[in-house]
Amino acid sequence: MKNILSIAAVIFTIGFVSLPVVWGDSDFRWGEMEEYEHRSTGVAAVSNPLYREECGSCHMPYSPGLLPGSSWMKMMSGLEDHFGDNAELDAETQNSITNLLLANSADRSDYRRARKFNRSIQPGNAPLRISETPYFRHEHDEIPNRMVTDNPKVKSFSHCNACHTKAEQGSFNEHDIRIPGYGRWDD
Amino acid sequence: MKTPYLILVLLISTHISLAQAENETVKALLQVYASQGATEANAEQGKHLWQKTFQSNSEFSKRSCASCHTENLSVAGKHIKTNKLIKPMAPSANSERLTDKKKIEKWFKRNCKWTMGRECTAQEKASFLLYINK
Repeated sequence: MKNILSIAAVIFTIGFVSLPVVWGDSDFRWGEMEEYEHRSTGVAAVSNPLYREECGSCHMPYSPGLLPGSSWMKMMSGLEDHFGDNAELDAETQNSITNLLLANSADRSDYRRARKFNRSIQPGNAPLRISETPYFRHEHDEIPNRMVTDNPKVKSFSHCNACHTKAEQGSFNEHDIRIPGYGRWDD
Repeated sequence: MKTPYLILVLLISTHISLAQAENETVKALLQVYASQGATEANAEQGKHLWQKTFQSNSEFSKRSCASCHTENLSVAGKHIKTNKLIKPMAPSANSERLTDKKKIEKWFKRNCKWTMGRECTAQEKASFLLYINK
């Protein structure tokens, strides 16, 4: 009986002592929640080291959520002429990358912006350039050439992270836009 | 008093082991290329090839290694199309360079084809290695 009492006392003490810890934790949880919601509005960030190495050596590692699976399939079958560059991979690596792209493509992603990309593409179309998808064009239709294609610090709409400062984290939020030489972009 | 000394020893030994690893990779590859017929490779030829301009019918009609890597192996380059920073090629400026056989072969294949329109011969690859590792 004494044993049970002392066990109860220990449990009570732990519960009491841990209360402030749980309260203290609530800030952290809110932080996490915000981050989750923030992320879910964009596209999935790329963390896979193989993908970052193989696809991120020459350009920003574009999130697989920016194009549908059919586009990625087409792209991965023509790496010897990858927009004019040679990006050939060995068979094993090519396979792994293709699987990763397909599992996270715009038509499979839960991220809001990825879904928007996917919805804008006509079924049967498999665009290779993210910048040629209807959603992308719609989002950038007010931007004058002087800010991007004629801007030597940007040069092309393909260079997302030239203006979208959090592009690599999967966020294309308007507040994070800084156009080199022009600054913030207000729609 | 002992700590700085220890750190120094550690730094030196790490440096030596890295340098050795890099030499081993290069040595092993040079042997492979020699067995494929690279008998007269040398750094001078590598340098010449590095700076040589090749013609292409596509975008960027004049292409050379320096198009992206610059003519100075010790400085960072920039991808001619994407603007992405390319770390220096010289192992003295970037200790990661020439330490991974698979990576070296991958980039030889891609970049020889883009720059010269064909794969490099064993002799050319060996010369490049000797030049970059100099």
